[in-house]
Amino acid sequence: MYIIGELINGMYANIGKAINQKDKKEIQKCALEQIESGADALDVNCGPASKDAVNDIQWLVETIQEVTDKPLALDSSKPKVIESGLKVAKNKTLINSTTSDPEKLAILVPLAKQYNAKLIGITINAKGIPQNKDQRLEMAANIVAACLDHGFPAEDLYLDPIVMPVNVAQAQMRDILESIRDFKIISDPAPKTVVGLSNVSQGTLVRPLVNRTFLVMAAAYGLDAAILDPKDKDLMDAAITSDLILNKHIYCDSFLTAYRKK
Amino acid sequence: MATEVMVEKWSGEVSVVSIGATKAEGGTRSSVIKVGGQKALPYLFEEGQLPYRPVIAYEVWDISPQDWPQELISAYGAVLKDPLAWAQECVNKYKAELLCLRLQGAHPESGNKSPQQAAEFVSQLLKKVSVPLIITGCGDDAKDNAVLPACCEAAKGERILVGSAVQDNYKTLAAAALADGHNIIAESPIDINIAKQLNILISDMGLALERIVINPTIGALGYGLEYAYSIMERARLAALAGDKTVASPFICFVGQEAWRAKEAKTLAKEMPNWGPEKERGIAWEAITSSALIQAGADILVMRHPLAIEKVQKYIGQLMEG
Repeated sequence: MYIIGELINGMYANIGKAINQKDKKEIQKCALEQIESGADALDVNCGPASKDAVNDIQWLVETIQEVTDKPLALDSSKPKVIESGLKVAKNKTLINSTTSDPEKLAILVPLAKQYNAKLIGITINAKGIPQNKDQRLEMAANIVAACLDHGFPAEDLYLDPIVMPVNVAQAQMRDILESIRDFKIISDPAPKTVVGLSNVSQGTLVRPLVNRTFLVMAAAYGLDAAILDPKDKDLMDAAITSDLILNKHIYCDSFLTAYRKK
Repeated sequence: MATEVMVEKWSGEVSVVSIGATKAEGGTRSSVIKVGGQKALPYLFEEGQLPYRPVIAYEVWDISPQDWPQELISAYGAVLKDPLAWAQECVNKYKAELLCLRLQGAHPESGNKSPQQAAEFVSQLLKKVSVPLIITGCGDDAKDNAVLPACCEAAKGERILVGSAVQDNYKTLAAAALADGHNIIAESPIDINIAKQLNILISDMGLALERIVINPTIGALGYGLEYAYSIMERARLAALAGDKTVASPFICFVGQEAWRAKEAKTLAKEMPNWGPEKERGIAWEAITSSALIQAGADILVMRHPLAIEKVQKYIGQLMEG
């Protein structure tokens, strides 16, 4: 499982404050803690408090790059903010994210290609959130088609079926899981899949349990990547064990330690 | 229509282990042997770099070998009675670039040399030859735990490769290798899970993964070669996919296994239709080695000079691509 750490996000009080005060240490600490916990990449989001996201994202990217060369997922709904981050990124990058709206795809797919970035495509559009598997597949197919039209390789695309809170959309959970599996047959080579995990547990009282149960089930449906809190050790242990059961790494008695050494 | 060659892309690589230290690096060796560093499966040059060729270490002992077949003994002749002269002959006459010293004389049943005697032998050997050294124990855990640290100390700064650490007995040797700046052989019984676990246990003691060479334990042709092959292949595939805990070079003790095979040592007068034993043993050792080279072997510990010559030639042809 490719783990994208979600903690560098201005919506968290410590990060929002660090962005406003340009406190590099706090950001770098958060970056390194996530990596030590097993993150393969770091999400970078200025959050709602940022008044100047175009500049703030550059400061965040440069600050993080001082301490790690792990890939960065530039997270914004505004293509201008993402492009601003791409301009200063030396590390590998992911664009987080495009929707299936043609006007978004027309900007972000060429941008991903130009900067050699991977691309996260969320199966939503201006009309809203999909209500069933067919709508998800249709939007996913639109995103894949736009990528192929622009010569962007499908295997660098991460499709996100958009995970809903279990207490809001319980009836959709099975559709979401099946979408993860079915996205793979849209193209050959297949696109990859990703979820923003913590959404699934919004508003529940046992968030860690809901998160890790969903993650393990999604892994069984072939999920490639997840945006999550890598400092949740039980969650990471569950992700590592899922990979083990799927024969993605070789068993040894200390397999949890071994994975974190990789 | 031309056939399209499917080229695999790999993200990981095998770690590079350096054996021997020159004067500039604090040792007294005339050269440094580097192994590992592969970025592709064996000899698929299209897929990635294979920066270092497999190396052959001549196996020498600190005593005259007792159970070697006649063909091996006659290949070296009288020099086998003088272990230091034997080692020198490997370097001077056969141009060995690496020696693997087996401290058999320390075994309780083969002379029971003391740690001080073994260390003294190592010191003398280091003076007599200038090639990098591999040193292995006698196989008796308790004795090796006394002998090998003394030899590590005697070879301090020479960056030897010392072995073997096993899952139930690795701490003493790992501590000695760490203290004296050496590399270590991690031995597992044809078991990928134990190989991985042992690498983690050793690295947890502070010895970097880049200083470990895996001995996967091999069988000779006809004696489980294919099991070793599949273990090595599995480890290498994981290493190339990015698992650093199994991304170590391999050492294969081919000589000791090949010359145990009855096909290698049975005399022609006992088995007339098998052909002359003079050719059989050499072929058995050379074929076992060449198969393991295809599995990804980095260091081959061998015995017969003619078998070594054949395998050197084979390596040369392979590396031409």
